[in-house]
Amino acid sequence: MYMKELWEIYITFAKVGAMTFGGGYAMLPILQKEVVEQKQWATEAEILDYYALSQCMPGIIMVNTLAFIGKKRKGVPGAIVGGLGAVLPPLIIITAIAALLTAFADVPAVQNAFAGIRVCVCVLIFNSILKLWKSSVVDKICLALFAVVTVLSLVADISPVIFILGSAAIGIAIKCLGGKKK
Amino acid sequence: MIILQLFFEFFKIGLFSVGGGMATLPFLYDLSDKTQWFTHAQIADMLAVSESTPGPIGINMATYVGYTTAGIPGSLAATIGVIVPGIALVILITAILDKFRHNPYVEGAFYGLRPASTALITSAGILVAKISLFHVDRYQATGVFSSIFDWKALALAAVLLILTQGVKATKNLHPVILIAASAVVGIVFSFAGV
Repeated sequence: MYMKELWEIYITFAKVGAMTFGGGYAMLPILQKEVVEQKQWATEAEILDYYALSQCMPGIIMVNTLAFIGKKRKGVPGAIVGGLGAVLPPLIIITAIAALLTAFADVPAVQNAFAGIRVCVCVLIFNSILKLWKSSVVDKICLALFAVVTVLSLVADISPVIFILGSAAIGIAIKCLGGKKK
Repeated sequence: MIILQLFFEFFKIGLFSVGGGMATLPFLYDLSDKTQWFTHAQIADMLAVSESTPGPIGINMATYVGYTTAGIPGSLAATIGVIVPGIALVILITAILDKFRHNPYVEGAFYGLRPASTALITSAGILVAKISLFHVDRYQATGVFSSIFDWKALALAAVLLILTQGVKATKNLHPVILIAASAVVGIVFSFAGV
């Protein structure tokens, strides 16, 4: 039973790894579908927490996020198996490309396909944001934080670590020092 | 010995790069200068391949460098090396978090952090939209405002948006089906213009 559940984590995260095109944020639509809706291993809010923590930690955001979910499910073995599952598909695909197709990225069909995929990723991200919005922007203070961070991260070259740590500090200041108003 | 060295070098990259795949780039340039395992041009090639294959960029880079340097054992050593520090930290952090989950300070931190996290995802999404739905470069070159729109891409985006938000039958389609369909549309209508 135990091994079977670990195997399920491994296979599910390998699927997430295989279906994520682009940066770490492109993983979110797949994660919402596979982990939140289908398996119900984590909530939208937990995914956001893990993603935020992973952004200010060393390492690969996607691997760390999946290791968090694996850890929540099955402890330390879950974290290790989850992280390994995430890297399996890229490991196979990149090794094959490095061995066979050195000019892979120059093939016109590949370029056209990925121009199409990028459009799809935009729409999927937009849908993800709508879902995440509900569990993160719960009041006016959150809305203000959201607006400030969005604008600042677009116009200024500031590390995400600063935004995450800064907004956590603001959250603590408002919730713990500013009385109990909601 | 090169296997151990690969593991160790990528372990260092995994330990010191904060903020995602792109954060590993400066370390890779540094490693290239130091070891001559691969050239700067190969890093650029790999970045192009990474963006055209599934998986995180950091992992793809580690696998590629490992493979070109020492074959399949090399790709395994580099990939495992780059993920070990992160996974170890996740285990450490959750052990602490589990204890303090209902601490008001921890709850306050997450209250502030969630909208910021959503905001960072939004701005990443806006950047992807800028390069995949618009031709900012063409507008800057010609000065003609209508040339900024990539009509083919915008049309596909509109169709996908309607399918995922408006139509009940297709609302719950798995994202990978939409990705595959978009790849086909991209090839049929030569979205990249090649």
